[in-house]
Amino acid sequence: MAKILVIAEHDGSILNPSTAKTIACAAGIEGADIDVVVLAADASAVAAEAAQLSSVSRVLTVENAANEHPLAVVLAPQIVSLAGDYSHVFGPSNTFGKDLMPTVAALLGVNQISDIMSTHGSHSFKRPIYAGNVIVSLQAPEDSIVVATVRTASYKAVAGGNSAPVESVSVDVELPTHTRFVGQEAESSDRPDLQTASRVVAGGRALGSAENFDLIYALADKLGAGVGASRAAVDAEYVPNDTQVGQTGKIIAPDLYIAIGISGAIQHLTGIKDAGTIVAINKDEEAPIFEVADIGMVGDLFQIVPELTEALG
Amino acid sequence: MDKILVGLKRVVDYNVRVRVKSDGSGVETDGVKMSINPFDEIALEEALRIKEAGGANEVVVVSIGSSEAQQQLRTGLAMGADRALLVTCDEAPDVLTCARLLLEIVNREQPGLVILGKQAIDDDNAQTGQMLAALWGRPQATFASRIEIKGDTATVLREVDVGMETIEVDLPAVITADLRLNEPRYVKLPDIMKAKKKPLEEIAMADLGAGDSPEIVHTAYEPPVARERGVMVEDVSALLAALKDKGLV
Ligand SMILES: Cc1cc2nc3c(=O)[nH]c(=O)nc-3n(C[C@H](O)[C@H](O)[C@H](O)COP(=O)(O)OP(=O)(O)OC[C@H]3O[C@@H](n4cnc5c(N)ncnc54)[C@H](O)[C@@H]3O)c2cc1C
Ligand SMILES: Nc1ncnc2c1ncn2[C@@H]1O[C@H](COP(=O)(O)O)[C@@H](O)[C@H]1O
Repeated sequence: MAKILVIAEHDGSILNPSTAKTIACAAGIEGADIDVVVLAADASAVAAEAAQLSSVSRVLTVENAANEHPLAVVLAPQIVSLAGDYSHVFGPSNTFGKDLMPTVAALLGVNQISDIMSTHGSHSFKRPIYAGNVIVSLQAPEDSIVVATVRTASYKAVAGGNSAPVESVSVDVELPTHTRFVGQEAESSDRPDLQTASRVVAGGRALGSAENFDLIYALADKLGAGVGASRAAVDAEYVPNDTQVGQTGKIIAPDLYIAIGISGAIQHLTGIKDAGTIVAINKDEEAPIFEVADIGMVGDLFQIVPELTEALG
Repeated sequence: MDKILVGLKRVVDYNVRVRVKSDGSGVETDGVKMSINPFDEIALEEALRIKEAGGANEVVVVSIGSSEAQQQLRTGLAMGADRALLVTCDEAPDVLTCARLLLEIVNREQPGLVILGKQAIDDDNAQTGQMLAALWGRPQATFASRIEIKGDTATVLREVDVGMETIEVDLPAVITADLRLNEPRYVKLPDIMKAKKKPLEEIAMADLGAGDSPEIVHTAYEPPVARERGVMVEDVSALLAALKDKGLV
């Protein structure tokens, strides 16, 4: 039987939606018994949220002032001390999980699997490589613990309505002090979060300036959409780095993705493969984005986008 | 600090559209252009800048791979690295083994800082730096967008999902480079000539004794499910109609 420990991602007060998607992956393994661990300074609010998620057997809390900010080198030894009871340890494949899970795996002396996109039994998985150009099937050894990150865009969050028991556990490990949190600048925005938004409007290099990105924001606001961007737009500082979509940015799966003035480089496309409907607006009819777009329109964005925003009323 | 160690992985160039071999046994790499992993070029550029600003005496590049990786190490030397190490093996080992080999190199070289790429664009693992830090028992600062070294500590700005995070780490430490850390310099012809005379030492993987790790076996390779080309619309009203049709607006 698979006993799976899922590492909760949170900001101290709210559970990140990535956790419910990671649990969905774990729940796809037959006979999975799933515990969620919340490592925090004060875990109560986050644990209460996690306890509502379906498929969860227990929520474990590990409270320690050192857990206020998620530093991989601090969290990893605590996770390792719990891992003995489990056959699998899963985290989300985002900057939180990518930072943390390899550290956990190395301390356990095993390899780690990145970006699980499907499970085929308890030790067989598929994952994308080469920016999603190739899908590889993997067989993990049955006699050692599986440490993995889950490609959250491949999974729908599990439902709520559960009331799993919450248990406080104490771990007795020495925590390093060589790594210290200094600060965080979150981009404050009232728009829906890029990673969970059901609609996303994204702009590319063609926007030409930060000011012109207002066209993207106006359309996004009409649609109640999150805002994304290509690497070229981020590098040119039209938009902050947390809007980058793609191989090295965010992997997303909204119902609707509108790519505006984005050519559709392979590194960008890998970030939107699982989108429901892709709309592309580009003046070059040969742009590779049209090869994957469900609805394409050739033309000048500076004309089309204001017209579309206007027409949405 | 005395020394910075930088990892350079030889990978299929990012412009190549890779294909699965017809029998599904792997990825077609015959006759394909190979390059330094783009993130590793950024890692090396950063190390060179730290050295040029007087923050280090030597930059050493290391690659684990076949003897063909000499090419990428020579490019690294042409960019400005002082010395290169090639840990030779027939096939690229798994990540945990790579991290253990890098630890052996770290123990020999005693660098004050190790800079790796945040991920290799072939396997897209994004694990090696974190594993090395864990095995070494030293700090890790992944996805670095800015690095400031002051005495025995480094302040690192990290690109995380919610925005930017700053952490401070004691040295020695492992840092992994993100895209916006810097823009790597171009290699000039005279530098390529000069690089031919710089030392490149080969070490057999077996001589480092990294031990066995539980290996994850790759059982099959396949192309992804392709998205189909959809419809083209002529004007905004047709676009809106198509969206309404799908119930999206
Ligand atoms: C290691 C590595 C990782 C990378 N990771 C990512 C990643 O995560 N995400 C990412 O996005 N990229 C990534 N890239 C970069 C990627 O290869 C492309 O360079 C980038 O996506 C291009 O951005 P773009 O489409 O905005 O710009 P361009 O390719 O320059 O495309 C601009 C498009 O706008 C169109 N256009 C111009 N003017 C107009 C107009 N007035 N109206 C309509 N259309 C117009 C043009 O026809 C063109 O198609 C990565 C690259 C490397 C090497
Ligand atoms: N075979 C290798 N040789 C040298 N450096 C490597 C090798 N494999 C990984 N690295 C380093 O580790 C980083 C992350 O790789 P990965 O964890 O495989 O995505 C790369 O960007 C390199 O800096």
